[in-house]
Amino acid sequence: MKRVVITGQGSINALGMSAAETCASMREGRLGIGELEIRDVERLAIRIGGQVRDFNAEKHFNRQQIALYDRFTQFALLAADEAISQSGLEFHGELAARAGVVLGTAGGGVNTWDENYRTVYEDGKNRVHPFVVPKLMNNAAASHVSMTHNLKGPSFTVATACASSNHAMGQAFQLVRSGGCPVMVTGGTEAMLCFGGIKAWEGLRVMSRDACRPFSANRNGMVQGEGAAVFVFEDYDHARARGADILAEVVGFAMTSDASDIVMPSKQGAARAMKGALADAGAGLDRVGYINAHGTGTAANDKTECAAVAEVFGAHADRLMISSTKSMHGHLIGGTGAVELLACIMALREGVIAPTIGYEEPDPECALDVVPNEAREAKVDLVMSNAFAFGGLNAVLALGTV
Amino acid sequence: MSVPVAEKVREIIAEQAVLDVADVKPESTLEDLGIDSLGLVESIFAIEEAFDIQVPFNANDPEAGDFDISNVAAIIGAVEGLVAERDGAAVS
Repeated sequence: MKRVVITGQGSINALGMSAAETCASMREGRLGIGELEIRDVERLAIRIGGQVRDFNAEKHFNRQQIALYDRFTQFALLAADEAISQSGLEFHGELAARAGVVLGTAGGGVNTWDENYRTVYEDGKNRVHPFVVPKLMNNAAASHVSMTHNLKGPSFTVATACASSNHAMGQAFQLVRSGGCPVMVTGGTEAMLCFGGIKAWEGLRVMSRDACRPFSANRNGMVQGEGAAVFVFEDYDHARARGADILAEVVGFAMTSDASDIVMPSKQGAARAMKGALADAGAGLDRVGYINAHGTGTAANDKTECAAVAEVFGAHADRLMISSTKSMHGHLIGGTGAVELLACIMALREGVIAPTIGYEEPDPECALDVVPNEAREAKVDLVMSNAFAFGGLNAVLALGTV
Repeated sequence: MSVPVAEKVREIIAEQAVLDVADVKPESTLEDLGIDSLGLVESIFAIEEAFDIQVPFNANDPEAGDFDISNVAAIIGAVEGLVAERDGAAVS
């Protein structure tokens, strides 16, 4: 089995237009959530989100590209450019033939669906733009990343709702670890902050109207975000041979299914995924210093996740740190695990633990060190990132220093 | 006025619980009727649609807001209040 390391990262989300800006915001505990600026916002009950602001697609893409790139594809392309450029890799010949891209997204081109349903249903038109299908399909982002960077190996998209990115990165990890691919570009992207994308979530009545306050006793729901994060996963020997700067090592991954409820989380399913990732890493649980929580800010997730952490880690649960950066960037649904992996890498590389902001009141059911409100300096060498999706599909990654 | 509201609310709850309307008693709790959190969210949606009202309900904190869901009679009372508000808003 090959060792798998990360040699590039890129992102765009409510906290920044790059991975570095995002990490700087996390370090400062900056709030990226605010009033939404979208069409028909006055018809929504939920009017806040972690929106990518001042984003001008024309600055990055030409008119023909924009005709084919939904917002979720645009985000993925910008994050991938940054990550691949940082890795220093160029894909030609044999490397190109064996390198691919696996991205997570839950909704794909939601803005494109929304705009074109308006055209036919609201405006009563009988014709839509010819590129609607290739623009909205869930694999559009992965395909455009492959075309832009000449990635000709295994490429596909994973859709497991809020765990999409973690499942995608887990697939990339396994492809590199097995020796099948020397390099995989991976992460996730989501752009669901449009009228239809929010109206659908509103219906479930789990959204907060004012803030995402994970683990806080007065939390009242989740807040959506948007954006992408993309990483370069590379065979350690390949990276060493070319003298690449290694950001972190991916040491373990596990997936489980609750097989119980379509929306309610399960302590058992979450605990089994965390234990599985640790077993895969071959690491003792007392080595884990930080967990980037799923931490949605809903009543159900946060208490279930804390109970699962307590079950898995026993007494060590009180010594580790666990924070939810969704309090800052919102819940990017299918893209969320990817943006959250930035916080894990920052913890390993810079010794800075991103905080859970908006934390106001302790909840006895979430009695862990949630790094409230302010980032903390701490040396950690093994971290985990949790993702627990609607549908009971769980995916947990473990990362370490090299 | 209040009779049809009560009757309609009971019908909605009965349909969700897969019970006869006669079995939906004022003192029945949602738990008694076997309505879980998803069933409750669906019932509230049906109530909003039937009466053209907005029900203040957040599944993260069912106790918050003024919408009392402690039993069928409480739900009916809360819906009657919202319907009266709606009619008041319509005439003013």
